[in-house]
Amino acid sequence: MDLFAGIDCLVLVDAAKSGAKAGTVHRLDASQSPLPKGFFHYSTHLFGPAEAVEMARMLNRLPPMVRIFAVEGKDFAHGEGLSPSVKRGAKIVEKEIRDLFAEIIPPR
Amino acid sequence: MTSRTAKAKSAPKKPTKNTAKKAPAKKGGSHTTTIKVDALARVEGEGALTVRVKDGAIKEVKFRIFEPPRFFEALLKGRSFSEAPDITARICGICPIAYMMGASQAMEDALGLEVTGTLRDLRRLVYCGEWIESHVLHAAMLHAPDFLGLDDALLIAKKNPELVEKALRLKKLGNTILETVGGRAVHPVNLKVGGFYGIPKRDAVRGLAAELKWGITASAEIAKAFAGFDFPDFNYDYTCVSLRHPDEYAICEGNIVSNRGLDIPVKDFLHHFEEEHVAHSNALQGRTKKTRQPYLTGPIARYNNNFDQLSPLAKETARAIGLPRIVTNPFQSILVRMAETLYACEESLRIVENYEEPTAASVVVTPKKGEGHGCTEAPRGICYHTYRLDNQGLIEKAVIVPPTAQNQKQIEKDLWGVVEKNMHLGQEALTWRCEQTIRNYDPCISCATHFLKLTIERE
Repeated sequence: MDLFAGIDCLVLVDAAKSGAKAGTVHRLDASQSPLPKGFFHYSTHLFGPAEAVEMARMLNRLPPMVRIFAVEGKDFAHGEGLSPSVKRGAKIVEKEIRDLFAEIIPPR
Repeated sequence: MTSRTAKAKSAPKKPTKNTAKKAPAKKGGSHTTTIKVDALARVEGEGALTVRVKDGAIKEVKFRIFEPPRFFEALLKGRSFSEAPDITARICGICPIAYMMGASQAMEDALGLEVTGTLRDLRRLVYCGEWIESHVLHAAMLHAPDFLGLDDALLIAKKNPELVEKALRLKKLGNTILETVGGRAVHPVNLKVGGFYGIPKRDAVRGLAAELKWGITASAEIAKAFAGFDFPDFNYDYTCVSLRHPDEYAICEGNIVSNRGLDIPVKDFLHHFEEEHVAHSNALQGRTKKTRQPYLTGPIARYNNNFDQLSPLAKETARAIGLPRIVTNPFQSILVRMAETLYACEESLRIVENYEEPTAASVVVTPKKGEGHGCTEAPRGICYHTYRLDNQGLIEKAVIVPPTAQNQKQIEKDLWGVVEKNMHLGQEALTWRCEQTIRNYDPCISCATHFLKLTIERE
């Protein structure tokens, strides 16, 4: 929360575990509505991106624009690298974030 | 937060991802009830719990750690002594200093080095930072919800945003100390065998003073808020094991003592304590060597053994929040953690206000053959390291005994007693109470496996 204090737009990227097909790209606008619980892969702390955003909302610390991109994961076991479908989803997210910034950041 | 609030909210909720079912009655009148907690929540790492009850009597309690073993002791073999602090720091993201300091001290012992003066003070300061961020994270975000009958800290933020803001700011203070002295808020990079890589700047260290003064007040306020919780009635005559130092509330240095009369140098740890591998856990379980009994390490053990060395304000706050001189109720560990947080803020302030940059960032280190021992007070209790080095300073043998591994048997004992005392509760309420009992220990399961699934079967 301290990292996004005082900014205009927050973009979060994370893995999702919603039950959708692996590699699916989820786009959430947290400015408009609360994030779904149980959507992101959790550690045993049970405190993930959704909880961090909702905590910030409760404490009036949420930036005006909050966009979340989540790629549905395939395999959450220990290991290295991304599954091919997830890698493709990540590439899509990368492009969409660049497009978003091109849209909202005025040219110099 | 008042006990009135706590009592009103203490009705347990159905644990998430849990199921509770009652098996059909067997012939002869006895029946089996099974509660499953898929994974113990609001702890660090993966663990579960099984309790078997037959005809109203507990037959078995198993605190199962199924997080995979992490083999750090094996990873260290063949590595240089200088790599041990940074490698062992990866055992834990919330208590890396405990591992860096234990490893550094053990290596310094092996190499015949001593770190004194300002470098020693800086080590104590960065360790205080770790106590602050770890204790506050656990007390406010992971444990407090239990006492309020809430699933998580998010719901506390809804009811009492000022308290959560205070806790978050206090936790951040701890991480800022780690960043200022250690170079990074998580897994600090500035600590090494013999001292530090770079000397922390005077302005940066002294600049922590204002926030530390606020931290002292905030710790006391949070402690007083938590004092209103409804603490379940359970007491145990613990064998309390901690460090004790002649001149200060022990954090980084001291002998290993117990309330049963033990007083030994760190190098004798393995003569008095041992680890046992049990079938139901991937983490070794600690016990005393002579009597093969469980023991307690951590905030309550430190408090009970070293209360006289706390600051006057910490002692006064402890009394004000209802802590007895000797704490025997593990549910009060949340209060002890806040008293220690207050002390850590005071101690940090003392160090930063007097800080002058040392002339050298570390003592000169020359690798050689040797064997050394180190033990410090991680937030969760004593964390022991021993290493054997060859004549090039490469590690031939490493043994690391984290506090959560040492506490496992005592956790099971506590659970036994808590279940025995609360058999009258329904399955869901008892499950909640058992999870709360485990969270009394702020267990770092990830640490314990360096090397809540709750099943209660009533027959």
